[in-house]
Amino acid sequence: MSRPRVNIAVTGLNAVDSPGPGVPVIRGLHEALSFEANVTGLAYEALEPGIYMDGLVNKSYLIPYPTEGIDSLRDRLLYIHQKEHLDVIIPNFDAELFSFMKLAPELEQHGIHMFLPTLDQFEERQKANLSAFGKKHGIDVPESLTIHSLSELEKTVKSMDFPLMIKGRYYEAYIAHTLEQAKGYYAKISAKWGVPVIVQKFVKGTELNVTGLGDGSGQTIAAVAMRKQFITDKGKAWAGITINDPDLLKITRNFISSTHWRGAFELEIMKSDNGKCYLMEINPRIPAWVYLAIATGQNIPEALVNLALGKPVSPYESYEVGKLFIRYSYDMIVERNNFEQLSVNGEFKQI
Amino acid sequence: MEPSLIKDIALSDSGFIFNPVTGESFTVNPIGVGILNQLRLGKARQEILDQLVVEFQVDLEQAERDLMDFLNLLKHFRLVSSNE
Repeated sequence: MSRPRVNIAVTGLNAVDSPGPGVPVIRGLHEALSFEANVTGLAYEALEPGIYMDGLVNKSYLIPYPTEGIDSLRDRLLYIHQKEHLDVIIPNFDAELFSFMKLAPELEQHGIHMFLPTLDQFEERQKANLSAFGKKHGIDVPESLTIHSLSELEKTVKSMDFPLMIKGRYYEAYIAHTLEQAKGYYAKISAKWGVPVIVQKFVKGTELNVTGLGDGSGQTIAAVAMRKQFITDKGKAWAGITINDPDLLKITRNFISSTHWRGAFELEIMKSDNGKCYLMEINPRIPAWVYLAIATGQNIPEALVNLALGKPVSPYESYEVGKLFIRYSYDMIVERNNFEQLSVNGEFKQI
Repeated sequence: MEPSLIKDIALSDSGFIFNPVTGESFTVNPIGVGILNQLRLGKARQEILDQLVVEFQVDLEQAERDLMDFLNLLKHFRLVSSNE
């Protein structure tokens, strides 16, 4: 029986040292059994490697950065839709999700489907709100406070023991061992990412991750746990291994059933030396290591597309434990003409 | 207290150990593999000790000390638990 063809646009083609999830997501789409994926790449920069990789996307388009506003993104997406007749879009960056969530109802009217968290879910799990989130949903989160000024920082750290984590609201985190260090990191982070800055109790332990998919009604469709085996200086997993830690999977199922999470996600969990799990962060999107989940039996991108299209999806029940991913870098040789087409016209079709 | 290998530990004849709960992996020498296999079979410490003495022709005191060191190491890496 032939599979239906689905036109899917995917962002996050920047397979660089801090990689976007687009390339592994597309690999999963091409391995889908329930449909044949015709993939369009959506890129912010002409040098995103996924644009030029063989057999990955049929055509790529440049799209405007979120800072240019929702209107220009809408116009660009509708232009691409005219040409590619998109059925589904999978946005893969934290910073773009808000714009796509805002545009979702309008895109739906044009026949473009997405399967994203609700705006409430997106806001509730923000780093600055994580403490309240943990209390509400019965999940252990390290004690944390949001800080808006240096004087507030000085006052706050008096009631907490060093070391402390000083975190930006979107990116960056540092361990501070003294008040002076904490002030330095506060200045650095607030200058780059604005306030609030989050001061969080440091938890010593092992960094573990879970990627999964919730169907929006509280049901877990997919959940795969991984231990980072090699971490880059940017804190990204460059190698990892699937594990079967019942505590992690229990937290994940609780998280989904309690929040009725809609869409893909990644939980960052620290398991302390005494075996207690702390939820450190919730990323409301597919992570860059998702191909490990696909290769071990849970094709999250495929399930996500089917949910977006309103098709019934059976939950995955298991995955292969003890399988590793090891990332590598690879130099592609690209014809100048291809780079030129994308740079000048904002679009490029693979031959 | 009798040591017992924790559930689901993967142990290969090559000496590679994988703990599927934590994701940690280790390597042990052939003697270690032998001891771990004995633990997997549910053998008591004294039985393992007797076998070590016979197989490697060492005195009981030496074997006891080495086995204790090895079991402590396994406990440190959370590969065994002790049954009362």
